[in-house]
Amino acid sequence: MIPEIGHFSLILALVLAIAQSTFSFKGASSNQPVFMSAGLSAARGQFFFVSIAFISLGYAFYSSDFSVLYVASNSNFNLPIQYKLAAIWGGHEGSMLLWTATLSLWTMAVTIFSQHLPAQFRARLIGTMGLITVGFLIFILFSSNPFERLIPAALEGRSLNPLLQDPGMVFHPPVLYMGYVGFSVAFAFAIAALLGGELNPEWARWTRTWTTIAWIFLTVGIAFGSKWAYYELGWGGWWFWDAVENASFMPWLVGTALIHSLAVTEKRDAFKMWTVLLAIFAFSLSLLGTFLVRSGVLTSVHAFASDPTRGLFILAFLAIVIGGALILFAIRAPKVGLGGKFGVVSRESFLLANNVVMVVACGVVMLGTLYPLFLDALGMGKISVGPPYFNTVFVPVMAPAFFLMGLAIFSRWKNTELPSLISRLKWAFIISVVTAIVTPAVMGQWKPMVSLGLLMAFWIITTAMVSLYDYMVAGSGNLILRVIRLPRAYQGMILAHLGVAVFIVGVTLVGGYGLEQDLRMSPGEKVKVDQFTFQFDGVTQTAGPNYMAVRGHFTVSKSQGAPIILEPEKRSYQEDSMPMTEAAIETGLMKDLYVSLGEPLNSEAWAVRIYIKPFVQWIWFGCFMMAGGGILALFDPRYRRKNKKALG
Amino acid sequence: MKTQLKYLIPFVIFLMLIGFFLKGLNLDPREVPSPLINKPAPMFEQPLLNDASKTFSSNSMLGQVWLLNVWASWCTACRDEHPLLMAMSQQIDVPIVGIDYKDTNPEALDVLSKLGNPYSAVATDVEGRVGIDYGVYGVPETYLIDKEGVIRYKQIGPITVAALQEKIIPMIKGLK
Repeated sequence: MIPEIGHFSLILALVLAIAQSTFSFKGASSNQPVFMSAGLSAARGQFFFVSIAFISLGYAFYSSDFSVLYVASNSNFNLPIQYKLAAIWGGHEGSMLLWTATLSLWTMAVTIFSQHLPAQFRARLIGTMGLITVGFLIFILFSSNPFERLIPAALEGRSLNPLLQDPGMVFHPPVLYMGYVGFSVAFAFAIAALLGGELNPEWARWTRTWTTIAWIFLTVGIAFGSKWAYYELGWGGWWFWDAVENASFMPWLVGTALIHSLAVTEKRDAFKMWTVLLAIFAFSLSLLGTFLVRSGVLTSVHAFASDPTRGLFILAFLAIVIGGALILFAIRAPKVGLGGKFGVVSRESFLLANNVVMVVACGVVMLGTLYPLFLDALGMGKISVGPPYFNTVFVPVMAPAFFLMGLAIFSRWKNTELPSLISRLKWAFIISVVTAIVTPAVMGQWKPMVSLGLLMAFWIITTAMVSLYDYMVAGSGNLILRVIRLPRAYQGMILAHLGVAVFIVGVTLVGGYGLEQDLRMSPGEKVKVDQFTFQFDGVTQTAGPNYMAVRGHFTVSKSQGAPIILEPEKRSYQEDSMPMTEAAIETGLMKDLYVSLGEPLNSEAWAVRIYIKPFVQWIWFGCFMMAGGGILALFDPRYRRKNKKALG
Repeated sequence: MKTQLKYLIPFVIFLMLIGFFLKGLNLDPREVPSPLINKPAPMFEQPLLNDASKTFSSNSMLGQVWLLNVWASWCTACRDEHPLLMAMSQQIDVPIVGIDYKDTNPEALDVLSKLGNPYSAVATDVEGRVGIDYGVYGVPETYLIDKEGVIRYKQIGPITVAALQEKIIPMIKGLK
């Protein structure tokens, strides 16, 4: 019964979503408040019914209702409760429902927090979001219904892919989707503004908050995913340039450009076309990512089940939404006008250059991701593009962006005197260069790539410090008070930029000084890696809630200090006999010790992987700092005050 | 007019992308041609599953057309493929040789005793050496090898009825 309620709720939600967009657009074009408020109510009703559907599916998983095909394919009785619930998004149908539920949640939030917007603009905004919802609900109902019954019911389910039975599965997809789908709000703002011709600083300020929130979720979501891959896959890598990873990274790059571009539009009324195009791109890339992941046109370690008819539907939807948006852009953009003028050396021009770099970087990732598809479609053979391409091309593209980051903090709006810029930054530059040259030598081995990476990181840090110093000289009170009194948006910017520096330090050092050893070890054997001695004490059998495991025991000792015990596992889930590798990691600020079990080589010896990963945690910590910077910026009183004014 | 046209650039690029995606939907990215096609099949000599004291040598198959099927008891896709192999062993007049890949003998024998044995011989490959020589990257995989010991076709993943009828059987007829 409950699954039928869920199914029926989805149908009602579809009807309401159609009403939501029809009434809203009708109301906006004829300026009739009755229609506009009907659209608004329909949007809220739509959220209500999508929620009911989502909860119904959750209940089917909770109660292990194996008469539902999707539940039987992704869960079983033995699955721990948190994974039963996470299994809601463990397969295609549920993932799409999560997508739609996230979109509904954003729609609901927009209906609540948009009262200060002009009525017609607000109606267009809600109407656009309704159109997107309609597309996804049709897709779910006609090709990916999670409530489809399995008659007769299965006695036991097939269970969730063991790779997904991890705390990461509970958090990573919802957070990532919040980010992905959140760009739909920026998209809807762009469409509403193009329709009504309201591309102005006000529009940029409204859009900015929403975009920043989505960007924060996306940043955290990607960082979660990267960290999960690091400890779960057992390869010790943190980013694989896999098609699915790239699908989430491309909207992030464009979203980052969008945040910066919006700042210019808000403050200087410039870059309007560019901003609106980025808003369209960011969400288009989210949709594109969904298409790539769900249609199976590309292979990926994520290897989702794919179905060409589903792919065709998403492609058609993609064509309508993005194609329509781009045609609207082509019609409306020529009338927008250029906005505020700025000099060659100014904050605007640095931000513009930075945006171009981000978009180019996104293009590079996209080219690498889609290249195998292009060649295949042109009948030019099958190839796969791997990390060597991305690492060679992506790093040189991003390097100028990091350099510009330092300059942009300093430059002023409209026009900056180049000589003053140089004189203020010369110390920052000298310190960065010296530190970048000396530090790698202190680390034990001088490498040019490490030095280059550190140069970029130190440049960002020193310029941020100089800028902070300039601000603080002007303040009063003690040091901490002066920092606290700085504008929130500025604090957020500094924190996020420092996050980028921390991230670069992590990437550079783990790449430059990481040690990896693949060994054959018998019980009692010792091996020295760096200054650590790893002793293999043999394996024991253990059992988890729904798996059997072989647990390896390692004692790691340093010349001084207590030894560390590391216990990597090789787990076999009953239902699926592919063993899963569970690495044991001793996390530290300066380095991670990483041990994972490979294959048993004979009755005693095992293939063992030992990695030492210096500063690898900094990678994720840097990402969280970036997200933290976004959160700080949200609390800038500027947004709230003006919003209230608009209300009154 | 000219300045207006430039705003259409994003749309035009997007249309091209859509074209590629449309084409891409009809292609299978997993279908990777094996570099071993039309190359001599790597020689191997491995212990037999049912009697480890004897070995099976791929050279003994020279002069006949045969199928080499890589499988394992731990491989669920192989279970799906198994009924088709059983049918093939009765209806197609070519020997099917199994390679039991990275498996233990008792478990493999257990599977064959329960589900039936479609193989004329099963060689074991506990360490996966033969698998490396043949470029196996997923189990099951099946190779069609001709009288001169040259690989003529490779099936990645379970043999499908379509692949059997449209490719494997016609090729076997041609090779005989």
